[in-house]
Amino acid sequence: MADISANFLGIKSPNPFWLASAPPTDKKINVLRAFEAGWGGVVWKTLGSQVKNVSSRYSALHYNGSKVMGFNNIELISDRPLELNLREIKECIKLFPDRAMIVSLMADNTREKWHELIAQVEDTGAHGLELNFGCPHGMTERGMGAVVGQDPEIARLVVEWVMEKATIPVITKLTPNVHSVVPTGKAAVEAGTNALSLINTIQSVTGIDLDTFVPNPYVAGKSVFGGYCGPAVKPIALKMLATISQDPVTSKVPVSGIGGVSTWKDAAEFMLLGATTVQVCTAAMKHGFRIVEDMCEGLNNWMDEKGFRTINDFIGRSVPHLTQWEELDINYHIVANIDQEKCIHCGLCYIACEDGSHQSIGLQYGNPYNTYTIKEEECVGCNLCMLICPVDNCITMVEQRKGPDYVNWKEYQARGLPLNDH
Amino acid sequence: MPIKNNRLTAEQYEQNFSDIHPPFDSRESALVEANRCLFCYDAPCTKSCPTSINIPKFIKQITTDNVKGSAHTIFVSNIMGAGCSRVCPVEKLCEGACVFNLLEEPPIPIARLQRYSTEMAMEKKWQLFERKPATGKKVAIVGAGPAGLSCAHVLSREGIDVTVYEKESRGGGLMTYGIAAYKVTPRFCEDEVNYITSLGGIHIKYNQELGKDLTLAELKNNYDAVFLGFGVGLARQLDIPGEELGGVVDAIKFIYDIRAGAYQQVPVGDRVAVIGMGMTAIDAATQAKRLGAKDVTLVYRRTQEEMPCTEAELDLAKLDGCRVIWLAAPAMLKGEHGKVTQLVCSLMQLGEPDTSGRRYPVATGEQFILEVDMVIKAAGQIPFSELVTASQLENTYGKVVVQTNGATNIAGVFAGGDCVNGGKEVVDAVQAGKIGAGAILEYLF
Repeated sequence: MADISANFLGIKSPNPFWLASAPPTDKKINVLRAFEAGWGGVVWKTLGSQVKNVSSRYSALHYNGSKVMGFNNIELISDRPLELNLREIKECIKLFPDRAMIVSLMADNTREKWHELIAQVEDTGAHGLELNFGCPHGMTERGMGAVVGQDPEIARLVVEWVMEKATIPVITKLTPNVHSVVPTGKAAVEAGTNALSLINTIQSVTGIDLDTFVPNPYVAGKSVFGGYCGPAVKPIALKMLATISQDPVTSKVPVSGIGGVSTWKDAAEFMLLGATTVQVCTAAMKHGFRIVEDMCEGLNNWMDEKGFRTINDFIGRSVPHLTQWEELDINYHIVANIDQEKCIHCGLCYIACEDGSHQSIGLQYGNPYNTYTIKEEECVGCNLCMLICPVDNCITMVEQRKGPDYVNWKEYQARGLPLNDH
Repeated sequence: MPIKNNRLTAEQYEQNFSDIHPPFDSRESALVEANRCLFCYDAPCTKSCPTSINIPKFIKQITTDNVKGSAHTIFVSNIMGAGCSRVCPVEKLCEGACVFNLLEEPPIPIARLQRYSTEMAMEKKWQLFERKPATGKKVAIVGAGPAGLSCAHVLSREGIDVTVYEKESRGGGLMTYGIAAYKVTPRFCEDEVNYITSLGGIHIKYNQELGKDLTLAELKNNYDAVFLGFGVGLARQLDIPGEELGGVVDAIKFIYDIRAGAYQQVPVGDRVAVIGMGMTAIDAATQAKRLGAKDVTLVYRRTQEEMPCTEAELDLAKLDGCRVIWLAAPAMLKGEHGKVTQLVCSLMQLGEPDTSGRRYPVATGEQFILEVDMVIKAAGQIPFSELVTASQLENTYGKVVVQTNGATNIAGVFAGGDCVNGGKEVVDAVQAGKIGAGAILEYLF
């Protein structure tokens, strides 16, 4: 049995699955239920200035019958009294001392306010702090949240204030609403943050009511940009995480990965790209805390299969596999192959290739079943047919190298080999 | 107990004749299935539909909440798409070809999804078609069944004034009069006819029978073209001794009575034998059982291999508790006091294949006796030979001979459906009506 426990800057948790700063972590009753269900840690919902929420607050993107592929919110930071939050945090730590308790913070933009808040939170016995530099709505108008994270110099200043005071580990949470997360990440690391977490939510409009013409979520005839998360943002989050793991400055600190993590597989992917722990919100909001059971068991079984004893055996392992386009081997060539035994004659590969790719699939009419075959000389090995085929392993990509040696773009050009030759 | 009606309570009748393929309860339940559809290219389901409904498209339209578009996609190919969604033997057509069968997964419930869209269209009375400006041309159609209505709808859309002559007092043809009531109710058939004719330009004259109230020559004189879709009607006789005995009835007449009146008024025996194994035989057997018959036995001279009905239909009869005797041909009917009491059958064995390619049954010489008080004959229907011949239509054994476009030997007279093919599915008749309409348009313009 593998050991799935995590040690994040000395903050220990029995597994790497934390609940992200959000409604599931905003009060004792939720957090105790989460710990009972088995979550390794929580990031308590952001504490800071006084706010007032609106109704409604959420909207979602559904796709082909699948509900909540993407999730959007316009909720603010915690709207409960600070004293109550602090008291409950203390109680939760006492009841579950083996779990990670991180508290998310977003103070008014002065050194004094940050210091005051940090002192109050540290008094609870919390294990770490997470700086919310990412909330994309509501707080930005007041000079907080994403406006801090979007300007590396402001972020640097605030992190410096925090580090003057904090005695427990500090995680800076990055906003994805920038062209690159690296500059702010770098500034935060240079200012002394102990760790990074990413991504916060992405500004979005999830949809528009085609009867009222009002975008959602609907608030008395109006809407605002919200923060987008859930499975739909995972690929974007993974890319941003990878850039942090590749950068020589930001890769020095541990990272907590966030963005659409719903299963142990998602978690493993974030960890392979450098995350030490992952944070989950949408999946727990959709299904409840019980999803952590399979996350633990699935990760454990996978680690056993792969021979990993601890999570450190694979954290960051996929980072070296990401390179620059110009380093890719041009001589590597694959072509599609259709297993006629498995083919169900749906024609999806044919029409996708015909209309959307390289017209590399031949069609022989039949009644009612057509036969589809690959024109190998036309196939560029793009994967499209394999991706849309509804049958597992019916279409496979077979390696047919163009040459034995590794030739990248730079070398290819240097040798004067033919271009635009397809 | 002899043949009698009123065997069951009102609740029992209600239950026995309720919809056998209930519709989706909600948008969500339809969407679960619609979203399973792979949206195949050059889809096997469409290719297996005689009217070539663009099935992936209409299902996709359900998933995008474009049910109106979905209904239009169905009706543009098959104006009886609502009825067909209930009566088509889909297991050997669209659903039988669904690629999910090749994955050993249940096929997409195409018929049920088709019913979802078309019923909503009928309920909401969506007008999905518009007539083109009047052309001044007029066409007569004989028979308000699937072939005639399908032809009428295409022609009316093109601005032609259509008059349909129907010998019964209601439209729909065998859909209304010849199909089990638990598949389509008479009420539904009436709604469907009304929905089709709501386009305008289609005038149905009821109780007008060709050869009796009007002649083909008159129609030819009074209209620019004529389409014949009068179907088949006469039950094939067994030509065995005792056929005239009381309690020996035609399946078509039996089903007609169930559909034309109230269930409790239709008499049925205690021990019923049904001769044949086609869809009509199944409809007769299951409905006899559902009317309260104690024992119902289907008697068929060949084996399950050769039966004309589908496996699903056979299962339906078996689930209703009907017994099946294979390789048994009726040889003689015996009776007492003018009423049938015994069906004597010859035990058969399969010989060489016949013209249909199926092995032909030959008598073994052995016989057995079935105690019965009612015999329903469902050994096929035969064409209206006399009418066809009297109308000077070229024919083969009473079946009107047509070219591929539905043209008969008489200029300006076209035909399609059961009167041409001898009796196939509703969906085949709809397609024949469409083809006939296309040929008429070419003939007129």
